[in-house]
Amino acid sequence: MLEARLLEEKLAALYRSGKIVGGVFLGRGQEALSVALGVHLRRGDIYAPLIRDQAGRLAFGDTILDTLRTYLGSSLGSMRGRDGNIHRGRPSEGYHAMISHLGAMVSTVCGGLVAKRFRGEKGAVGATCIGEGGTSTGSFHEGMNMAAVENLPLVVVVANNQYSYSTPNDRQFACSDLLSKATGYGVAGHRAIGNDLIDCLAVIGEAVAAARRGEGTQLVVADLLRLVGHGEHDDASYIPEAMKKSPLGRDCLELARQSLIEQKWLSDEEAGSWHEAVEKEVEETASKVLREPAPDPSEEDWNAFASPSLGRNP
Amino acid sequence: MSSITYLEAIRLAQLRALKEDPRVFIYGQDIGVFGGAFKATKNLAKEFPGRVLDAPISEDAMVGLAIGAAVEGMRPIVEMQFADFSTCGFNQIVNQAATLHYRTGTPCPIVVRLPSGGTPGSGPFHSQSMEAIYAHYPGLVVMTPATVEDAYTMLLEAVELEDPVIFCEHKFLYYHLKAESLPATVGEALPFGKARIARPGRDATIVAYSAMVHEALAAAEELIQDGYDIEVVDLRTVRPIDTDTILASVARTGRLLVVGEAWPWGGVAAEVIARVATEGFGLLDAPPQRLNAKETPVPYHPALWGTHRPTASSVANSLRQLLEL
Repeated sequence: MLEARLLEEKLAALYRSGKIVGGVFLGRGQEALSVALGVHLRRGDIYAPLIRDQAGRLAFGDTILDTLRTYLGSSLGSMRGRDGNIHRGRPSEGYHAMISHLGAMVSTVCGGLVAKRFRGEKGAVGATCIGEGGTSTGSFHEGMNMAAVENLPLVVVVANNQYSYSTPNDRQFACSDLLSKATGYGVAGHRAIGNDLIDCLAVIGEAVAAARRGEGTQLVVADLLRLVGHGEHDDASYIPEAMKKSPLGRDCLELARQSLIEQKWLSDEEAGSWHEAVEKEVEETASKVLREPAPDPSEEDWNAFASPSLGRNP
Repeated sequence: MSSITYLEAIRLAQLRALKEDPRVFIYGQDIGVFGGAFKATKNLAKEFPGRVLDAPISEDAMVGLAIGAAVEGMRPIVEMQFADFSTCGFNQIVNQAATLHYRTGTPCPIVVRLPSGGTPGSGPFHSQSMEAIYAHYPGLVVMTPATVEDAYTMLLEAVELEDPVIFCEHKFLYYHLKAESLPATVGEALPFGKARIARPGRDATIVAYSAMVHEALAAAEELIQDGYDIEVVDLRTVRPIDTDTILASVARTGRLLVVGEAWPWGGVAAEVIARVATEGFGLLDAPPQRLNAKETPVPYHPALWGTHRPTASSVANSLRQLLEL
């Protein structure tokens, strides 16, 4: 969580100083929910994170280095400047690279799980995340229904952060509780307190374990608030102050820190030294990546095909 | 050997792929025990239990599932019930399958079979030819077989290919077209991506693909009585497109008519003419022409449908005009 928070603060600074082009989309306020999924996944699982999942990505095995390389367009990053920001992954390693079209990754993860079933691999789960706005897409619906029909070990985590970009929930869906969708699809439903790390760990841990035990598709819904705009270009002025001051608006990272200190699992000094160590790593990595080469158009093969013979005059 | 239809060739290619490659599975609506709306998977579910799966009516998720399975090393074949319904899976095809390798370096070897083109009475939503739309997107291979043999070998090649393939199989050819036998190996056939001279000639070139190859051949026969010898080029795949074979043909004949069952606007015929005009302008003795479907949705009534699409007789008329230019 701390790594994600500090890394994203650096990304925002790099964006403001003009070093990152395009957009920066932060998960501030959603780190607890995101990391709770990432830490419960293991090698051999399939993970398709979404926009606000920096914490889950790092927990799953993504690195500060590759995040910075992708945002800064370094030719050494996994996306080599061909795609940027949150659109990154290493699909062949089970870490999918999201497309912008919401809901599309649900069925994609289903496909990975079907492949594992064909090969007789047992115990692996697939997981993907989406916002409450994404649940309005046909793609989400088709993917959820398909996962349920095939009884796949898929965990879908819905971060209900109250606003899809600027659109409030009363213009997004009419059901009183998103979790009722679980009943509609015939899958197990779980509710988590989105800014409470301990609760997220327990609820998502159980959802992942249930999927791993062969109990089929699991839908987790967590209420929370994103503590930033949709992207760094957005001041989120549409979110009312009262909502920001409500329990939904409490910062999951600060709550987790307080909780750990109250439980005496962490001291103030240790918390401070963690902060310093992560900040140092982020700064050093950013300095290194800023010196790395940008992609060179003259060295691109400009070939969208995997088969080399299709590269010329297609 | 009894005669094999174009449809049976597609079924047999899938049977062979399932038999020879454990990575292959087929996913689509009503394709399991029922054998598919056109019976292109008849008996395959019985012969290969668990590998020919009925899908919910979810074209987007069907393609999404195929992509995810391909990433994990499988070779999925998706059957769209009709090419027209692939619009509901369009996003996954063009935004995920087509971009995956370029973005991530991970190949996306899926085959999406599109039962394409018009038949009498099929109307606006069961008749479309979608090849130009998919060919527009870099990263997709678009195959449009016109013969029984090509339907068989090109589908096998599609399964082997590391790239996503849109396989446009023509419904009008399903039952009408027959061959005595199939190539024993893919290597016996012309490789995909190479166009075929379906009929050599010297006075004009018709470039066509899929069902229109047969209308073009019939038109060429009709023009023998006018004293003309028409060359017919079957593109076989529209992406990659074999510009070299087209240009070589135009170099021989000096005149070009491109025939497509799809609409003209921004289509394959327009692409062929653009390539010949830019790369082979000096080869032309007359302005290149195209003949496509009329610019309306595909009509229901056979009388309207038969006029909406190019036919041997309308191709012959276009040829006569071209030869007088």
